[in-house]
Amino acid sequence: MTGVLVTSGLDPAAAVLDEVVQAGDGWTRVLRAGQHLRIVDLAGNQAVDTLFYDAHDTAERYSAQDTIRAQGSLYLTSGSRLLTGSGRELVTIVADTCGRHDTVGGACSQESNVVRYGAHTRHMHACRQTFLAHALAWGLGKRDLTHNVNFFMNVPITPEGGLTFEDGLSAPGKYVELRAERDVLVLISNCPQLNNPCNAFDPTPVQLLVWDAAIPVA
Amino acid sequence: MTQSLVARHVLPGAATWSGLLRRGSALEVEDLEGGANVALLLVDAARPAERLNVPDTLKAQHVARIAAGVALYSDMGRVMASVIEDTCGWHDPLCGHGRQADVDALHGPTSFAADRNAARRGAREELLLELAKHDLGARDMAATINLFSKVTVDADGALRFHPGSSPAGSRVVLRADGDVLVLLNTAPHPLHRNPLWDPRPVAIAVRAVGPAAADDPVRLACPENERGFAATDADHPAGRPA
Repeated sequence: MTGVLVTSGLDPAAAVLDEVVQAGDGWTRVLRAGQHLRIVDLAGNQAVDTLFYDAHDTAERYSAQDTIRAQGSLYLTSGSRLLTGSGRELVTIVADTCGRHDTVGGACSQESNVVRYGAHTRHMHACRQTFLAHALAWGLGKRDLTHNVNFFMNVPITPEGGLTFEDGLSAPGKYVELRAERDVLVLISNCPQLNNPCNAFDPTPVQLLVWDAAIPVA
Repeated sequence: MTQSLVARHVLPGAATWSGLLRRGSALEVEDLEGGANVALLLVDAARPAERLNVPDTLKAQHVARIAAGVALYSDMGRVMASVIEDTCGWHDPLCGHGRQADVDALHGPTSFAADRNAARRGAREELLLELAKHDLGARDMAATINLFSKVTVDADGALRFHPGSSPAGSRVVLRADGDVLVLLNTAPHPLHRNPLWDPRPVAIAVRAVGPAAADDPVRLACPENERGFAATDADHPAGRPA
């Protein structure tokens, strides 16, 4: 059902960045080629909506369709190479203790919340509000927001073509670790969704760590 | 009832087309020989930053295939188009379109000089050119849907392309629920590893069908679609159904 679980040898004490992103907050940073980013699901079953861009050419951005087609598989896990629309490698998943991450479910928005849950959700906080706020700060706009990765989210597709939102496979402390294959702008929205049982209606914080290079624990 | 707005036009294999569909018109696409693939992208005609959003489409309706009764959503919670007729039963929303590099890797280099108009053209590059005709570019590209192609997902997530899922004469009809710029490309499905370059033609035509009525089956397919159509109707007050 899931990929082979791969742990990381990187020592948190050697990280150049170690911070917590609260539920409903966003985070952006340019990862330089070779840097590693670890996302830790502190409380379990959180959705970490993430977009990637070539930092030097942001029209080259993560493409969920190109990525799943190239790997011949729907789910992201260790070994997945995340590609742009023209096939450039952005990041590689180098460690994963969860085993499966979604990239077909997209990000919540105020407008899609109305469709999915009703008009009373129109003014609730949503991932695409966070994405847009952070995109604007980098000189990007709505046109630059495309289909994202949902780390720690489990969205199985049935052989008959149904799509379901299942309880996550994640648990407190599970993590995914990425290596930047070029200079990559990362946009994260730590999902504020209060209407979906997949996070037990309780969005929770995540921890982010960045390492300059892959220096394993001594 | 079937007033033709755009005369039937044959789109050869690996060709590209774009056109404006007004709300209440419908694009009929026919797979003439069987085995066609048509990459589909939708852009709002007046607000090009609003475009087809495949994830929103799939999760609103809990589907991973496009078929009759499915609404195609924009990223703004509105219905851009609806599948009002379909003899095929499965159109792929997962795998997107291929690139020139994929075509060259499978079939070798190609050029106009060598191959004239049979040159093998990749879908992404051609769709970007078609977007450019509307002053749009790579930032405006979004996930596409592959009409007439079936890709299933097994329990482990492996993708499987099903050759021959669309027999000759298969038809799909997309009703425009807003004013929509439609882009089509008929390159083979990127997971169709046919060593023979054999892109298939389709015929397209546009006819008037009217906006979705109050009892429209796509509108009533699920509460999500009722809300999506309500937002779409509110965006077109003159065209509200009686």
